[in-house]
Amino acid sequence: MQPQVGVLALQGDFEAHARALARAGAKAREVRTKADLEAIDALIIPGGESTTMLKLLAAEDLLEPLRAFGQEKPIFGTCAGAILLASEVTHPRQDSLALMDLTIERNGYGRQIDSRIAHIDLQGRPAEAVFIRAPVIRRAGPQTNVLATYNGDPVLVEQGRHLAATFHPELTGDAEIHRYFLSKLESALD
Amino acid sequence: MNFETESFRLKVGLAEMLKGGVIMDVVNAEQAVIAEKAGAAAVMALERVPADIRKEGGVARMSQIKIIRDIMSAVSIPVMAKVRIGHFTEARILEVLGVDYIDESEVLTPADEEHHVDKHDFKVPFVCGARNLGEALRRIAEGAAMIRTKGEAGSGNIVEAVRHIRTIVKEMKQLTVLGKEELVHEAKNLQAPLELVQYVAQHGKLPVPNFSAGGIATPADAALVMQLGAEAVFVGSGIFKSSDPEARAKAIVKAATYYRDPVKLLEASEELGEAMPGLEISKLPEGELLQTRGW
Repeated sequence: MQPQVGVLALQGDFEAHARALARAGAKAREVRTKADLEAIDALIIPGGESTTMLKLLAAEDLLEPLRAFGQEKPIFGTCAGAILLASEVTHPRQDSLALMDLTIERNGYGRQIDSRIAHIDLQGRPAEAVFIRAPVIRRAGPQTNVLATYNGDPVLVEQGRHLAATFHPELTGDAEIHRYFLSKLESALD
Repeated sequence: MNFETESFRLKVGLAEMLKGGVIMDVVNAEQAVIAEKAGAAAVMALERVPADIRKEGGVARMSQIKIIRDIMSAVSIPVMAKVRIGHFTEARILEVLGVDYIDESEVLTPADEEHHVDKHDFKVPFVCGARNLGEALRRIAEGAAMIRTKGEAGSGNIVEAVRHIRTIVKEMKQLTVLGKEELVHEAKNLQAPLELVQYVAQHGKLPVPNFSAGGIATPADAALVMQLGAEAVFVGSGIFKSSDPEARAKAIVKAATYYRDPVKLLEASEELGEAMPGLEISKLPEGELLQTRGW
């Protein structure tokens, strides 16, 4: 059976991720309930408001099932998704899934007026990084592997099966990072 | 019109992040904190909610700066604020203040009866109201990065928001089946730029996110406009004019996520108290309609 990739569809730009997955050759399933989570092999947590997602996750008793999911299966978080994956969140402090050894500061560049499109180096290849009210990774633990930086800060980080981006690869025409995440799913299934 | 400029992509990008969410009107920092705790994706800072503007009358302007500042420091979610239609100086002030989105809103008393703000000229993104596709496309041509239905603000009556979202969606569908020469004629009818009409004909949707506002008072109202095609909702008087703002705010957030799931909508609708009082639109004198402001 074809591996199933889900996108957490509580709030945020989950449709943009579904389009990016389509460009990378995968079909996305929207995930809103425990039953949805049980039917997938990998999950993307999209951009959006991390506080809104946290409230909905708590209200639907999805926090523990998601933590358990992350013990076995790959998760890719962008922006708000990266905030949810981090072990420590600041500005202000808030709960998270704590699946990656990261300290992340919310709205680290400032407000919308400070949002920007930057050109970063992605493993030797130029890539566009769309930062929108983006967080900044202030500390990446020893188990993490930094794949890209901007202004000296890590912006694309992996830890084992998980992947986190503080920018929005789903908002560019490029599907390289989604393809990379799908390759992690394939190695997780091997 | 070029949607691929970095500036426009960033403006639309923030609107993308708000999809599936609820943007709540708040008049002070305490309300903003309640909204954030309930799961609001953003708050809209204003001096009086539309129901009070309607009741008290007088000229409704941009909020006091101190109120907006207090709200911006009280919450970590995006903060929007309203300016009067055409009042580009109020907009400049809010841009310098650093609000995340500006609503050029018919809820406030218009400052200019002929011109809307040239929104391309700003770094801060704008949302504008619309009752039909032509109005939506004119606002996008001026640089709006998000469209919302006008509905009838402060009425507690969903009928106008339903009319507006149905009209916009229907007019978009109609464009998708027309030939090239017919689109030129439609652009004339819609009083909208041809290239935007062509975009909608090709994609079947607006080039910016399409949200709904104006009269949403219950979780069922939010789910209704989302099922009709809205991608997120604004709730004005509906929350803080109800008997149970906190519970209602949470319930509407839940309804915006599970808008296609009737069992979840039942859960969201239980244990709510009185909704805000509603007004019958046909009983409102024409001069009191807010939706006819702007063109």
